[in-house]
Amino acid sequence: MTRATLAATPSPSWTADQPIVRVSDVHKSFGSFEVLKGISFDVRKGEVVCIIGPSGSGKSTLIRCINALVPVTAGSIQVEGIDVTDPRLDKLALRRKVGMVFQQYNLFPHKTALQNVMMAPIHVLGQDRREVESRARALLAKVRLAGKENAYPGELSGGQQQRVAIARSLAMRPDVMLFDEVTAALDPETVKEVLVTIRELAEEGMTCMLVTHEMNFARDVADHIYFTDRGVIVEHGPPETFFASARDERTRRFLSQVL
Amino acid sequence: MSAADQQGGRPGGLPVLLPFALPKDDAAARLRPTHSWLLTGLALVALPAWAQGGAASLSPLEVVIKWAPLLLTGFAFNVAISLMAMAIGTVAGIGLGLAMLAEGRILPRLAWCTTQVFRNVPWLVLLFFVMFLVPFQITVFGIPVPLPDWLKATFGFSLPVMANVAEIVRGAVRSVPNTQWEAAESLAFTRRQTLWRIILPQCAKRMLPPWMNVYSLIAMATVQASIVGVTEMLTLTAQVHAAEGGRPELFAPLYGFALLCFFLYCYPIDRFTAALERRFETR
Repeated sequence: MTRATLAATPSPSWTADQPIVRVSDVHKSFGSFEVLKGISFDVRKGEVVCIIGPSGSGKSTLIRCINALVPVTAGSIQVEGIDVTDPRLDKLALRRKVGMVFQQYNLFPHKTALQNVMMAPIHVLGQDRREVESRARALLAKVRLAGKENAYPGELSGGQQQRVAIARSLAMRPDVMLFDEVTAALDPETVKEVLVTIRELAEEGMTCMLVTHEMNFARDVADHIYFTDRGVIVEHGPPETFFASARDERTRRFLSQVL
Repeated sequence: MSAADQQGGRPGGLPVLLPFALPKDDAAARLRPTHSWLLTGLALVALPAWAQGGAASLSPLEVVIKWAPLLLTGFAFNVAISLMAMAIGTVAGIGLGLAMLAEGRILPRLAWCTTQVFRNVPWLVLLFFVMFLVPFQITVFGIPVPLPDWLKATFGFSLPVMANVAEIVRGAVRSVPNTQWEAAESLAFTRRQTLWRIILPQCAKRMLPPWMNVYSLIAMATVQASIVGVTEMLTLTAQVHAAEGGRPELFAPLYGFALLCFFLYCYPIDRFTAALERRFETR
């Protein structure tokens, strides 16, 4: 996995007018338990997609499959033409294109906020330290954490840590960002600052996929909403129609519980 | 932590390997400031024995004082063996521990088996194996390199250190939450980069107390080298006892002196380890 192979992995077959993420008939089982039972959808460049649904419906598994943290059992996923399900997949090339933010932030506790943001571009991409540092400072400022560069994760609130995590992902200049219930572990008062950051990102044209329980936020920023239950997409549509006129009984019941 | 420097008599090298000669300066005068209370303790042990001994020969206390420089030189040698065994064992143990965590099938299993074997056999048996299986001299590029007994003993002690350190490394790495691996993976770090840049720096702190524990144990275990004929403190104590005519009343003071030396060396290490453990726990 040299840097040369990383640099040489543009996907010739993919052009920007095609879906940036293609999920086709994805199945995933853990042992005998089938979590995903045939999921298919496309995400276009610049689109913001929210995946909602009850706990245990396979949302997080689905989003983890997209950057190959979890291998699929059957079906295929393509990101910018890279076949994620190919056993010979160059995982590093894929993960340069796909950023991920986790529910528990997962910052590196022994590094400062600035170092957390700088690590991957320097050590994975081999970029110039000074250039990376100025970019990292700009990213921290962008997520409204200017002045916190030298704070360790343990000294930051949950919301601040999550924003560092977003900056850390962005430092790799991904084309797609995955957000896995990124506000679920936060105090209510810090949820907003994280959502504002994600909204700004979406408005700048970043392709985003969010697993979320924040229905109002989903209604606000999403271009398309997918409702999953027991491993299948039950219903989907743009937020206006999805929230106003859900057809499926399960969707209606879920929405009535969370709204 | 260099008791060797404080107590080792002559600087440089391993003095005990040299032919023994009594130091020229007055041993008692040299010892008194730092060891007076220690010797007072010894005197209490020795007093009843001395009462039986009669005035014709040296009192037990005088015997201890007379031979203390030699015995302390021997102790310095114990410390030196333990430090070297620890250094070798730590380097090898980190390698073995990482091998247990490696990807693939063969290497981790091999490393695991090695660790289990060296962790679950008596140290003395390992020592015997090394002493009697390793030749007294090896030839490297045509040059004969002698392997003195003390060096072989050092290797012998570094084997259990290696296995224990390997287990400490493995345990510490496993104790880092899996989410750290996931986060690093999603940032395109390779497995090796993740281990060296993200996981190991986080668990270095956690490894320190158990590592010091192993050191304390190995320092105490070095006296076992006397069984295989290495001239360390316990061997010297026996020789001194014989040189003083093997008087029974000298047993307690002479061996009590060895006991005190080890206690005074290992107890502070033990306390320091406990303090570190407490500190890391609260964080």
